Amino acid sequence: MPMTLTLSLFIVLAAVAIASAAGLLVSRNTVYAALFLVLNFATVAVFYLLLGAPFIALAQVTIYAGAIMVLFLFVIMLLGSEVLPRRQVLPWQRPLAIALAAVLLAEAGFLLFQRVRLTTSLANPEAAVNTTESLRTLGMALFSQYLLPFEVTSVLLLVAMVGVIVLTKKVKGEPG
Amino acid sequence: MTIQTIPLSWYLAVSVVLFIMGALGVLIRRNPLIIFMSVELMLNAANLVFVAFARSFGVLTGQIFVFFVMTVSAAEVAVGLALIIIIFRNKHSIDVDLMNSLKG
Repeated sequence: MPMTLTLSLFIVLAAVAIASAAGLLVSRNTVYAALFLVLNFATVAVFYLLLGAPFIALAQVTIYAGAIMVLFLFVIMLLGSEVLPRRQVLPWQRPLAIALAAVLLAEAGFLLFQRVRLTTSLANPEAAVNTTESLRTLGMALFSQYLLPFEVTSVLLLVAMVGVIVLTKKVKGEPG
Repeated sequence: MTIQTIPLSWYLAVSVVLFIMGALGVLIRRNPLIIFMSVELMLNAANLVFVAFARSFGVLTGQIFVFFVMTVSAAEVAVGLALIIIIFRNKHSIDVDLMNSLKG
């Protein structure tokens, strides 16, 4: 891929990612917010592809954009809470939050310009580009060196599943 | 196919902006579902940094860590949404401003 093509792809993707995040922040309807978030996850998945991480990109699409967002949409539909009534209990909260976020952004930007040289390119660009090879290495590492954490995550998922069932189970005799 | 290198700091900049927008969403929105989505946005920004640095240093550990982050966030979303459903059952609303007491 020529440099200009990659560069323009990156810029377009960054613009879409930031715009969809902004859409998530401002949209009144929760369903639209969820769809904006799906768009954001998709652009980040393409970022992963650009960074030579195809496995993570596919996991992003299936786990985040697939499983997690479907769960979100299910709960939104189930609760029927697409739009909350407009009410402001703490009137100073929003301006204060925006000011604090601006401060955080300024700090992060300062650090980024100060510490990381803007032209720092990704070291050995050819290292992880060979995707079949990197996939094999990733699988080997996941199932040898990181086998115990991998198994622990399965236990974690099982605990979460059982916990959710126990939490949402209606106690006998309780109304509702 | 040779992928030309985009500077690492650009990925960091995008990730910083996404993370701050997630934090802002947690602070200004009152719908717990959108707050939850903003938390997911922040996790995603952190994942992007992990993958960018993994690429930068030429190691795979970052990608493996991202995989674990995704698994944990799936579990977290399941439990969190269950909690939101229980709160809705008790209060018949999910506005976070109404959750001002520890009594059910």
